[in-house]
Amino acid sequence: MQEGAVLELRGISKFFPGVKALQNVDFTLRAGEVHALMGENGAGKSTLIKCLTGVYPKDEGEIYMAGHDKPVTIRSPQDAQNIGISTVYQEITLCPNLTVAENMYIGRTKGNLTRWKRMNKGAGKILKDLGIPAAPGQQLSSCSIAVQQMVAIARAVDMDCKVLILDEPTSSLDESEVAKLFKLMRDLKARGVGIIFVTHFLDQVYEISDRITVLRDGQLVGEYVIEDMPRVQLVSKMLGKELGDISDIKKASDKAADMTSVPVLEAEQLASAAGIKPFDFSIHKGEVNGFTGLLGSGRSECVRAIFGADRVSGGTVKVNGKSVKIRKPLDAMKQGIGYLPEDRKLDGIIGDLSVRDNIILALQVMKGFFRPFSRAQAEAFADEYIKKLEIKTASSDTPINSLSGGNQQKCIVARWLLTDPVYLILDEPTRGIDVGTKTEIQKLVLELAGEGKSVTFISSETDEMLNTCSRLIVMRDRKVVGELKGEDLNQDMIMSTIAGGEAQ
Amino acid sequence: MTTETKTPVKKKSRSVGEVLKNMTRHQLFIPVAALVLLVLFNLIADPSFFAVSLKENSLGNPVLSGNIISVLDNASELVLLAIGMTLVTASSGGQDISVGAAMAIAGSVIIRLVCGGRVSVDTMQTSLILAVLAGIGVSMLFGAFNGVLVAYLKIQPMVATLILFTAGRSIAAWINNNQLPIVNDQVFKYAGTFIPGIPIPTPVFITILVILAFWLALKFTNLGLYTQSVGINANASRLNGLDPKMIKLLTYVILGACVAVAGFIRVSRSGSINYSRIAENIEMDAILAVALGGNALGGGKFNIYGSILGAYVIQFLTTTLFKYNVPSTALPAYKAVVIILLVVLSAPVVREKMSHIKKSSKRAKEVA
Repeated sequence: MQEGAVLELRGISKFFPGVKALQNVDFTLRAGEVHALMGENGAGKSTLIKCLTGVYPKDEGEIYMAGHDKPVTIRSPQDAQNIGISTVYQEITLCPNLTVAENMYIGRTKGNLTRWKRMNKGAGKILKDLGIPAAPGQQLSSCSIAVQQMVAIARAVDMDCKVLILDEPTSSLDESEVAKLFKLMRDLKARGVGIIFVTHFLDQVYEISDRITVLRDGQLVGEYVIEDMPRVQLVSKMLGKELGDISDIKKASDKAADMTSVPVLEAEQLASAAGIKPFDFSIHKGEVNGFTGLLGSGRSECVRAIFGADRVSGGTVKVNGKSVKIRKPLDAMKQGIGYLPEDRKLDGIIGDLSVRDNIILALQVMKGFFRPFSRAQAEAFADEYIKKLEIKTASSDTPINSLSGGNQQKCIVARWLLTDPVYLILDEPTRGIDVGTKTEIQKLVLELAGEGKSVTFISSETDEMLNTCSRLIVMRDRKVVGELKGEDLNQDMIMSTIAGGEAQ
Repeated sequence: MTTETKTPVKKKSRSVGEVLKNMTRHQLFIPVAALVLLVLFNLIADPSFFAVSLKENSLGNPVLSGNIISVLDNASELVLLAIGMTLVTASSGGQDISVGAAMAIAGSVIIRLVCGGRVSVDTMQTSLILAVLAGIGVSMLFGAFNGVLVAYLKIQPMVATLILFTAGRSIAAWINNNQLPIVNDQVFKYAGTFIPGIPIPTPVFITILVILAFWLALKFTNLGLYTQSVGINANASRLNGLDPKMIKLLTYVILGACVAVAGFIRVSRSGSINYSRIAENIEMDAILAVALGGNALGGGKFNIYGSILGAYVIQFLTTTLFKYNVPSTALPAYKAVVIILLVVLSAPVVREKMSHIKKSSKRAKEVA
C-alpha cells in the first residue's frame, strides 16, 4: 500500500450481463482527504461504491485497508462497516420515527438490553463534538434533511469509520445546509477520516475536495490533484470530449420569441391548493422563461398549478387568447402542455415498465383507452427518441428503473416531446444527472424554442437558468417577488431579488 | 455523449445451460414446471389418470368423463376469479378477499329471479339471460363498493373487502328470504353441466370465452398499460393524464363481473345454493393462483396467463389428490405442502440463492 493511504482498490472489475460496468479500476484514498469520485451517469461510480461496500460482489480485483496485511473480503454492507467503511446515501436510510440517538445506535447494541441513558449521553456527546444541531431525544423526522444526513454521518463516525462514503449527499440540500455539511466534512478530515465524495455539483467539488478520480464508461480516466485541474478540463475528461458552446445558440434563439404576440399561455391570479400566493404568468411563442428562488419558495408549485397537477383553487387561464379550464393534468395535456416533474422517481418514471411504455405513455393517454398503439408503432416511437436523445439502454424493452438517472430523465423528456407540445414545463430536469446530459438538455431547450415552442425551465443551478432563459420570475416565500429580463438578467441581480433587496 | 455503444451484442448461439437459465428466469416457469411435474407424477403412478371416456350421464346424454375433463371443468370458477384478481392486484397492490361471499350474492340473485320467490320451480320464472345479467349487474355494484373503499377512501384492500367477506353470505341469504330454493329446470343447469348433444362440460366453454374476452381487451384497449402504470406509480400516472382512482375502481368492477359469472356456473351446477358453503375459501385459492402465476402481490406488472395457469395447477393438484383417495379432511394439508414448495421456489430470494449456487458450482468445476 502507498504511504498514508487508508484504502486501496486494485484492478476492480464488475460485469453485468452484456455490460462491463467496471474494468480494471484503481482507486486510492489517503487519510484525511476528501476525494471526489466523478463521472457521467453510467460511468461506474455507483457500481464502484457498491463493490466497495459489499452490495455487489466484485468479479475481479483486490481491496486493501490500512491495518490489514492481506486484501480484505467484503461480502455485505455489514462487513464493510465492521472494517471501518461507512456509507451515507443520497436518500436517508435511517428510521424517521425513531429518535436521533436510537438511529445512531440501532443495530449496534451488544446483548439484549438497551441502556437508554448511556445511549442518549453518548449520542449527545458526538452530536456536540461534531457541532450537529440536534438533540439525542428528538424524533429524527423532526430534523431537516441536512441534519438527518449529519446524523447518519455521526453514526458512521461513532462506529469508528476510517473511510466515509458520501453518495450525492447534497442533492436535496439548500446552500446553507450544504455549508453546514461541508463544515462537518472538514472536521472529519482533521480527524484523519478519508472521505469519498460522489456528486454532480462541480462547485462543491472545487470547494471541498483535495483530489479527484474520474471514471468514464467503467474505466479509470485518472486521478488528479484539484489544483492542477481546471473545471473545463475536468468536464472534458468526464465527457471524453470538449464542451459545446451554449451561449452561441442562445443568441440565435433570443430573436425567435415575439413578445408582442398573443401569449401561448396566460394565467391571471392563479392559485392552487399547494398554498402559493395567486400569481400572474404568461409565456409567448418561442420563449424560454423560468422560475427561480430558493428551495421551497414555490417555484414548483407555480408550474404544478399551471399544469393542473395540484388542485387549482382560483384564477383564469387563457391559451392563445382563449379562456380554458385546466382542472387536471389531462386538461393541460389536451391544450398542448407538457410537464416534466421535479421528482423523477416519485412523479416521473413508471419504474417496472419498459422504456418503450414510459415513452409512449402520455401520448397514449391522450389518444384514449380504446385506441392503443400497435406494438410496431410504439416501438417505432421509442426507437426514434432513443436515437434522437441518445438514450443509453440495452433495448426499448428494458425496464426504465435499470437505466441511470440521466437516461431515465431523457426518457421522460422523450415522453413529452412525443406529444409534440406547444408549451413544455421542465421542473429541475437537470437535477441528479451528469454534466454531459445537463448540457444536452439545455441545448435541447434552446432548440425547442428555436422551433417555436415555449418552454418554462426551472433549475437550482442559476448558471443553467441564465444560459437558457430570456426572462426569470423570482419567487420568495411562495409568492412572486420580481421579474428579470434583458440587462437585469445576471447572477447578482437574481441574488439580490431573492434576498429581498430592491436596489443592489 | 459518446455515440458508439460499447455493449457487445451477443450472437444468438446460446449454450444449453443459458437456455435453461433463461427458462428458469421466465415468469411462467414455476406454474409450467408444477404442471409438468403433476403430469409426470400421474403418468408414472397411474397412466389411466389421463383416460377419457364417452359415457352416458343420468339424462342419457353421451358426455366425456375422466380426470382431465374434471380438472378443466372444476377449475372454471377459479380461473375466472384469478383473472379478475390479477387486475385488482396489479392496480391496487392488494387482494379482494370477498370474492367467495360475492359469488354467493351473485348466485343468490340469479336463483331468486329464476325462482320468482318460490321455493322450488320446475320451469324458470324469468328469462335466464335476464337473470344472469342482473346477477352480473349486482355483482359489479358490489365490486364498485369495494373499489370505492380502496380507491377513494384509500382503505387497505384486504381490510376494505373484509366488510363484504363478513356480510356477503348473509346478504345472499337475505336476498332469498333465507330459503334454499331449488331449480329443477334442466335448462338452468346447462351452464354448470352439459348442453344436450355436446359432450364437453359447458363451464369449459364459458371459461374459454371469458379468457378470449380478456385477451381481446388487453390487445385492443389500454387496460394492461393503465392498470400496471397505476399499480407501479399512481402519482406519475396522474401526471400523465390518467385517473388512478377511476382505474382502480374499474378493476374492482371488472372483478365483480368475473365473480358473477363464476357464481352463475356454481349455482348452475346443482340448481341450488347453500349460502354458507358455496365457494367457501375460494378467495384464498384465487390469490394463490395469482401468486403462482409469478405475479407480485404488491401490484404493478402482471401476466394474466400466469394466473390462469396457476388456477389450473391448483385444480390439477386437488383432482390428483382426490384420485389417490386422500380423505377430504386431509386434503388441505397435502395441498399446503405442495403450495409451500411452489411458493418458496418462486420467491425471488430463493431464486437468487439458487442461481448463486449454480454459479459457484460452475466456478468450482472450472477451477478443478
